[in-house]
Amino acid sequence: MAHVDLSSDENYERESLLTHPKTATRRGLFWSAWLIFWGLVSMWAFATVRYLIPRVSYEPSDIFKAGRPEDYPMGSVTLISSRKVWIVREEKGLYALIAVCTHLSCQPRWLEKEQIFKCACHGGQFHKNGVNFAGPPPRPLDRVHISMSDDGRLLIDKGRKVGIDFTLPA
Amino acid sequence: MERQNKEEDKKIDIKETQVWKAVFGDLLFGEFKPLSPFNSLMRGIAKIMQLHPYNMSVGGRRIITYTFCLGGLSVFFFSLLACTGAFLMIYYNPDVNSAYANIEDMRYIVPFGVLIRNMHRWTAHLMVMFVALHMLRVFLTAAYKPPRELNWIVGVILLVMTLLASFTGYLLPWDQLAYWGVTIGTSMGENAPLLGAKGPFAILAPGKDVNSILVGGTSVGQPTLLRFYLLHAIAIPLGIAGLMGFHFWRIRRAGGVSGPL
Repeated sequence: MAHVDLSSDENYERESLLTHPKTATRRGLFWSAWLIFWGLVSMWAFATVRYLIPRVSYEPSDIFKAGRPEDYPMGSVTLISSRKVWIVREEKGLYALIAVCTHLSCQPRWLEKEQIFKCACHGGQFHKNGVNFAGPPPRPLDRVHISMSDDGRLLIDKGRKVGIDFTLPA
Repeated sequence: MERQNKEEDKKIDIKETQVWKAVFGDLLFGEFKPLSPFNSLMRGIAKIMQLHPYNMSVGGRRIITYTFCLGGLSVFFFSLLACTGAFLMIYYNPDVNSAYANIEDMRYIVPFGVLIRNMHRWTAHLMVMFVALHMLRVFLTAAYKPPRELNWIVGVILLVMTLLASFTGYLLPWDQLAYWGVTIGTSMGENAPLLGAKGPFAILAPGKDVNSILVGGTSVGQPTLLRFYLLHAIAIPLGIAGLMGFHFWRIRRAGGVSGPL
């Protein structure tokens, strides 16, 4: 750090004092006050936004048991409304579809006569295997993992998305 | 003669009483002699709230012009919504088990409840309409030009906040229309650029985007109803009121309304 000798006359100048790193100026105080102010404001803004993002969910678990395979007759589509999941039973086996439209998250209905899923909000339509064929939905209904638990009941995990050809043989 | 004097003594000028002076006296009548108490009161209110510029054009005395007081009517509707909304809050509880029943009670049981509720609802529609018409008037009369360009921006924010107030109020009856309407609306937030987890240029993780902040979870439920209620009844009205004050102050600074009004 440069040392300024104040006792000698040629160094005792306004400019050298102002540029000296150890010199405290009113302007410096002013700008540091602003810096602290905006720093606190941005910290408070961050804390506010973070506060609004929920950390704990009080919704039902993504993983749940849904009865025995023989509870679902051949060719049936059963809505588990509390979990928003359809259990579909076909010749090849069982699969689970999430009952949330891939367009804007409404809940489609299963139309037994037409054998399609149809959404009331914007008319999105899906085949029984979940593939979209009409209306605005951009992709098929989400199909999730389904397995057999130790006690012989179906175990569904909504967190595990699976491919369109996933079925549980039953 | 003597009798007459006695009668004059008995007369009490109400404006000379201590009570009148304490309420109205020095606050409004102290410095200048008013034409009438009503005019003076109006002038005092206008002075305190800075509603009028110091000088007004002669044309400003006409009320019906092509500007039609659209901004002023928006303010009137906002005040009406605040009043009727406060009354609605007495019987409404933002709870998923009782919200719809509260609205039904409001319509069929609470005395004059249907009046209050329908006033709130229709005034909300009118406010959205008149804010939009006000914006159209400002655009057509080129009142967004300097020195009013900042006020145009503030006005656009006020329009957005008016629409948000409408949207958040839409959920509160907790019927099928409201539920799926808000499901769609918040899913659109999920697909918004930057702020949504599924939208273009998404930087926020699922569960931490604007959709989660609005919904308070993964699907519309009790946290959503509470959040929308607080937004509708506290946050957005306060924001609108504050910005409206700034909006009016800018009108004063710009020398009054741009047109003949």
